[in-house]
Amino acid sequence: MAEKTLRGAFPLSTRLLTERVGIAPMIAAVVLALIILAAIFAPLIVPHDPILQDPVMRLKPPSAEYLLGTDAYGRDLLSRVIYGARVSLMIGIGVTIMAVVLGLAIGLVSGFFRTADAIVMRVMDGLMAMPSVLLAIAIVSLMGASIWTVMAAITIPEIPRVVRLVRSIVLSAREEPYVEAAIALGTSMPRVLWRHLMPNTFAPLTVQATYVCASAILTEAILSFLGAGVSTETPTWGNIMAEARIYFQLKPMLILWPGLALSLCILSINLLGDAARDILDPRMGKRED
Amino acid sequence: MPIYFLRRVLAAIPVMLVVAVFVFLLLRLTPGDPAAILAGDMATPEQLDRIRETLGLNDPLLVQFFRWIGALLQGDFGTSLISNKPVIDLVADRMWPTIWIAIITLSLSVIIAVPMGVLAAWKQGSWVDHLVMTFSVLGFSVPVFVIGYLLIKLFAIDLRWLPVQGYKAPSKDLAGFAARAVLPALTLASIYIALIARMTRASLLDVLNEDYVRTARAKGLTEARVLFRHALRNAAVPVMTVIGTGFALLISGVVVTESVYNIPGLGRLTVDSIFARDYPVIQALILLTSGVYVLVNLLIDLSYSLLDPRIRY
Repeated sequence: MAEKTLRGAFPLSTRLLTERVGIAPMIAAVVLALIILAAIFAPLIVPHDPILQDPVMRLKPPSAEYLLGTDAYGRDLLSRVIYGARVSLMIGIGVTIMAVVLGLAIGLVSGFFRTADAIVMRVMDGLMAMPSVLLAIAIVSLMGASIWTVMAAITIPEIPRVVRLVRSIVLSAREEPYVEAAIALGTSMPRVLWRHLMPNTFAPLTVQATYVCASAILTEAILSFLGAGVSTETPTWGNIMAEARIYFQLKPMLILWPGLALSLCILSINLLGDAARDILDPRMGKRED
Repeated sequence: MPIYFLRRVLAAIPVMLVVAVFVFLLLRLTPGDPAAILAGDMATPEQLDRIRETLGLNDPLLVQFFRWIGALLQGDFGTSLISNKPVIDLVADRMWPTIWIAIITLSLSVIIAVPMGVLAAWKQGSWVDHLVMTFSVLGFSVPVFVIGYLLIKLFAIDLRWLPVQGYKAPSKDLAGFAARAVLPALTLASIYIALIARMTRASLLDVLNEDYVRTARAKGLTEARVLFRHALRNAAVPVMTVIGTGFALLISGVVVTESVYNIPGLGRLTVDSIFARDYPVIQALILLTSGVYVLVNLLIDLSYSLLDPRIRY
C-alpha cells in the first residue's frame, strides 16, 4: 500500500516540477552534482598526479592513458581539470556564504534604521561603481595571493548586490501590520529583525545566492587567468588556461577543455538559479497568460 | 528639469568620494609597510625612501588624503612608480584602443541584441524565442576569455579569415584595424548582447498587451511599425537601464579581452601595473573607470525623459 503510493507520487512530482521549470534545470542539477562529486573525490578518481611533471610527455595529444592529452610540463590535463573544480567550488561556496551573511546583516540594519541607511547606501553605491574585477585585482595584488585573500577580494564587490536586495525587502516588509504589531508589543529590535523581517528575505536570497556563486567562480577564473589569483602551482581552471596561452595556436584544446568545464559549471548554476527564481518568486516567474 | 539635472550630478559626488576613500585606504590599511609592499622583497632602503617620498607616505593619513584629493581635482593623478611618468600620460597613451573597441562593442551589441529581443518577444514561445533565450543564458555563463579563444580558434586558426591577435590604429591602417577589432568586439559583446536581448524581450512582453499596441494593430499598421515604433519606444527605458548597469561588465571584460587579443589598451595597462605593483596607476585606473561608469549611468538617467516624454522631472 505504502509502496504503491510512493511509486505513484514520485513520477507525478517530477512531472510537475519539469512542467514548471522545464528540463534544462534537471540536466543542470545532474551536471553540477557530477562536478561537485568529481571535486570531492578528485584524489580517488584522477588517473594521474595533477602536479607531477614528466618532461618526456610534453604536449602529447589525447591517448588512452592521457584522455585529454598533456600540458607543456607533461602533466595530465584531465587530472588537472578535475582538480581545478576544487578551487572553483570552494571559492564559489565560500564567497556566497560570506557575501550573503555580511550582506544580510548590513541590509537588515540599513533597511530598518533610517540614520544608518543613508551612509550605508552611499558606501554601497561607491562599491558598485568600482568594476569588480579591477577591485579584486587591486586587493589581491596588495595583500598577496592566497585562497583567503582571493575569497575576500571577490566577496567585497558582491556584498552591495545582496545589501540592496535585503534592504528593499525590509523597507516594504517593515510597513506590514505584523511588524508594526510586534514593535507595538515592545519586541526588542534584534528580535524584530531576526524573527519578523529576516524570514522574508530567504526566498529572494536563495535566488541571489546562486547568481553570487556563479559570479564568484567567474571572477576567480578571471583572476587566475590574469595571474592575480591563487598560486600558479595550484591547478585552477584559470591557471591551466593562463599557462596554455602561449601554446594556444599549437594546442587550442589545452585552453578549451578547462574553459568548457568552467562554462558548464557556471551555466549549471545560472540555470538552477533561474529555476529557483521561477519556483520561489512567483512575481518574477514565467507569465502564464 | 535643470533642478533634477543638478540633483543627479550632485548625487554622483558622494559616490565618487566613497570610491576615492576606498582606493586611498586600500593601500594604507593593508597590513605592513605600504612602501615595502609596493617595492617587493628585493627593495633597497633607497628605493623604499623614494616610494615613500613619491606617495607622501611619511605624512599623517589625513594630510596625505587631502593633498591627494587636491591634486586629483587639478587633474594630477600621480606618478608611476616604474616609469616615473605622470599616470595621466600613461592613460592617454593607452586609451584609444580601448575606446575604439568599446564603441564598436556597444554599437554591435545594440544592433544585434535589440532585434533579437524584439523577435523573441514577438514570437513568444516559438523556436526563435527559445533560441534567443538559450543564446542569452549561454552569453551570461560562458566566460569572456573562453569565448575569445573559441572565436580565435574558429575564425583565425581554422578558417584563417582574420588575424589571431594584435592591434592597428584606425588612423594608420583602417582595414587592418577593422580586421583585428572584429573578434575582440564580438567577444566583449557576447555578454552585453545576452543582457540587452533578454531585457528587450522582457520589457517588450510587458508592453505588447497594452491597449495602444492593439490600437496600432487595429489601425492596420504593419507589424514592423507596431513593434519598432509603438512598442519598442515604450519598452526602451529598462533596456537603457541595463545598458548602463552592464557597463560595469564591459569594463571588467575589457581587461580580459585585451589580454586575450594582445591589445595595448587600458586593460593591458591594468594587468601590467599589477605585475609591476605600480599602485598609483592601479589607483588611477579604478578611479577613472568608476568615474566613467557613474557618468554613463548619469547620462542614461537623464536620457529617460527624451525616450519617454511621460517621464518628467
